[in-house]
Amino acid sequence: MNEIYTLKINGTEHQVKDAWVGESLLYVLRERLGLPGAKGACEQGECGSCTVFLDGSAVCSCLVLAASATESDIATVEGLQPDGSLTDVQQAFIDEGAVQCGFCTPGLVMAVHHLLDENPSPSELEVKEALSGNICRCTGYGRIFAAVDKVIADRNK
Amino acid sequence: MTVHIPHSLEEALELLDKDNSAALLSGGTDFMVEVNFNHRRPENVISLKQVNELSTWTIDSKKQHIFIGSGVTHHELETGTIAQYLPALAQASRTVGSPQIRAAGTIGGNLGTCSPAGDTLPVLSAMNATVHLASAHQSRSISFDEFMVGPKRSNRQPNEIITGVSVAVPNGWQGYAKVGVRNAMVISVASACLQVHNGEVSIALGSVGPTVIRCREAEKWANSLGAHPLSVSSDDAKHFGELVGSESRPIDDHRSTASYRRHAVGILATRLLQRSSQ
Ligand SMILES: Cc1cc2nc3c(=O)[nH]c(=O)nc-3n(C[C@H](O)[C@H](O)[C@H](O)COP(=O)(O)OP(=O)(O)OC[C@H]3O[C@@H](n4cnc5c(N)ncnc54)[C@H](O)[C@@H]3O)c2cc1C
Ligand code: FES
Ligand code: FES
Repeated sequence: MNEIYTLKINGTEHQVKDAWVGESLLYVLRERLGLPGAKGACEQGECGSCTVFLDGSAVCSCLVLAASATESDIATVEGLQPDGSLTDVQQAFIDEGAVQCGFCTPGLVMAVHHLLDENPSPSELEVKEALSGNICRCTGYGRIFAAVDKVIADRNK
Repeated sequence: MTVHIPHSLEEALELLDKDNSAALLSGGTDFMVEVNFNHRRPENVISLKQVNELSTWTIDSKKQHIFIGSGVTHHELETGTIAQYLPALAQASRTVGSPQIRAAGTIGGNLGTCSPAGDTLPVLSAMNATVHLASAHQSRSISFDEFMVGPKRSNRQPNEIITGVSVAVPNGWQGYAKVGVRNAMVISVASACLQVHNGEVSIALGSVGPTVIRCREAEKWANSLGAHPLSVSSDDAKHFGELVGSESRPIDDHRSTASYRRHAVGILATRLLQRSSQ
């Protein structure tokens, strides 16, 4: 049976219609609501490319049953800067060459924002642990950590 | 499929009473993998996320007993103030998946899945935890060792919700150790939790048998040495590890071999006993 339900995403209410209610939030964002920022690679929580905020927690949207999230505040990478400009984290990824194919980037950008919101001066180990759920096949992570270091240094200036 | 979002335990239990085959959904980190890959397609889903009474933990005024609601996340167990009372549970939760998995995944889901590799389960066994279950008709409480009956099999009845677990706060050391192929995002190959409470050692193992295994013989021997913590010789610690290894019942599978698991879990036990006495 298909039902109509409403999701609150980036502060705006979106109706989901004619959809199977077993769909993941990742699928609904991308295929139903035209919000393709969260990427899907594994659909089993392993890669982190689908990371979104659910009531302020960074979670894998592939593991959220969309129809169960009607009472939650959802934030996606599209909502970080509603005017479409880049956040400091996104700019640092570009400046430090942390983007190659870019598939992992939206998930990593979300994970980095979440980390630095909770902990403005993380240690190297804390950064590594916070990003351990985000897999990148291209960069070897060095440039990603350099981008994080740059944001930390700039914000603490 | 219909998704129900009850706001109280009572409402959730009534929904489950109407359809015992309904799927219970907590963090979804096990459930959604099965749905995404078409292994599961329940007609009714009961989401427990808005049932606030399940998502908190409480400690009594004497700081001796803790009740952990089934909806408490691994993130909270790892980083909340509960971690100072139950450090082994915090260590176990810290090894679950990744930050994203720990933010969503719950202790109730770990119990619901009841995998021999579930990281919180050896800790609950070593702590003699009590599992609380409720149906629309009655509530009951059983020991963790009675709760887990096989790989992914528990004593939970289809009309029951796991409401939480309760444990005594240990008055001695406790620790958790896990072997896997890397540090993050890894299901354990072998794991062990050891704690000292009222001078007695208890130890339980994960991933080395069809259920979590309490090593009663090794415990008996260790406790015959005297009241813990006591400074154990390296020979005694090694012997303890051998006893623990011989009580494990591992198998060969895609993650490891039985003989490596037996060897590894013995070493974990030796190290945990040594750490408990430092
Ligand atoms: C990438 C990845 C890595 C993982 N790594 C680990 C790991 O290292 N260690 C580990 O132990 N686990 C791991 N897991 C498994 C999972 O995250 C844990 O088992 C977690 O604790 C499940 O909790 P949940 O709230 O997400 O459960 P859910 O998926 O919501 O539910 C799991 C099962 O329990 C049932 N259930 C849920 N709540 C209740 C309740 N209150 N009463 C009765 N039944 C209930 C559900 O019906 C379902 O069958 C991993 C999973 C993923 C996707
Ligand atoms: S697509 Fe969600 S973690 Fe990989
Ligand atoms: S840039 Fe290609 S996966 Fe990270």
